[in-house]
Amino acid sequence: MSDSVVLRTIGGMLFPYILVYGLYVQMHGEIGPGGGFQAGVLVAAAFILHALLFGKELTDRLLPTWLVDLAMSLGVLLYIGVGILGLVKGRYFLDYSVLDPTHPAHAEALGMTLVEAGVGLTVASVILTMVRKVNGESS
Amino acid sequence: MSDPVLLINVILLVIAVVTAIAAMWTRDLLGAVMLMGIYSLLLAIEWANLFAMDVSYTEAAVGAGAATILLLTALTRTGIREKAGPNFHPTALLTVLVTGGLLIYGTADMPRFGDPQAPATVNVAPEYIAQNVGKVDAGDDGPENDFGDHVPNTVTAVLASYRGYDTMFETAVIFTAGVCVILILRPLSPSARRETAQNQEDA
Repeated sequence: MSDSVVLRTIGGMLFPYILVYGLYVQMHGEIGPGGGFQAGVLVAAAFILHALLFGKELTDRLLPTWLVDLAMSLGVLLYIGVGILGLVKGRYFLDYSVLDPTHPAHAEALGMTLVEAGVGLTVASVILTMVRKVNGESS
Repeated sequence: MSDPVLLINVILLVIAVVTAIAAMWTRDLLGAVMLMGIYSLLLAIEWANLFAMDVSYTEAAVGAGAATILLLTALTRTGIREKAGPNFHPTALLTVLVTGGLLIYGTADMPRFGDPQAPATVNVAPEYIAQNVGKVDAGDDGPENDFGDHVPNTVTAVLASYRGYDTMFETAVIFTAGVCVILILRPLSPSARRETAQNQEDA
């Protein structure tokens, strides 16, 4: 936890912007540079900054450990779930076209968005967990 | 050396190598971590210079950001001075020289940088760039709604579509890493904690 007023004020102002930027990179991955992996790291960095500035107890209250653990597995499940949906609908594994059979291009974009969201969730929670665990948890 | 971009690349790489050597040389681990962060940032600029925007992004976010913070956090637990010892390891130097020599020998077989006739450029890349997957236009909403019915960022298209299996297992690997960290660094169980306390008392 930082005692510096300047760091805490500027960091507190930056925190939401880093989060929004992370979401932008996540949603905009198909169009510009970036994607789930980079977005995940950015979102994790925002929470790490928060923990450095305001103490890990406050960050734990903002984002409880169980939620991060849940997001970690949900990300992988989301990715695999999209794949299995293809199998269930009688197509190939990870065949995105089952998401919108009338318009394969839209299905493609939707499928990519979903799997990238899965990647982002997992990466963000794993990096956050690593830093939290190495830092030592209060629990 | 008339090409200004080449000049910038060379300058960046020279600074990166100097930073890497300085990071190895210094016994101040805090300084070494900072130097590695600078090294990653320089490489990120270098990737951006080579138009590899996604790689540059990752290098800046992971190399200069997450890895630096992780190492700094680890340093708060270990101390910031390197243990005194010999600064010269002949075996390590030999290994690095042999591996480096082999890698440089390997580059002799690689096509010239940016060669349009290189195998990587003529075989699968045109198909990726043509974006065959998802290029079926239902024609219901006009071109402005769907970027011509393809994904403009080829890197994302390759990662999430052409190599969807690869990316899925990469995500699984990251997940496994997270689970391992949780298992290894979990709080001790009450009985194990008592045992550790007992051992510390004995010592």
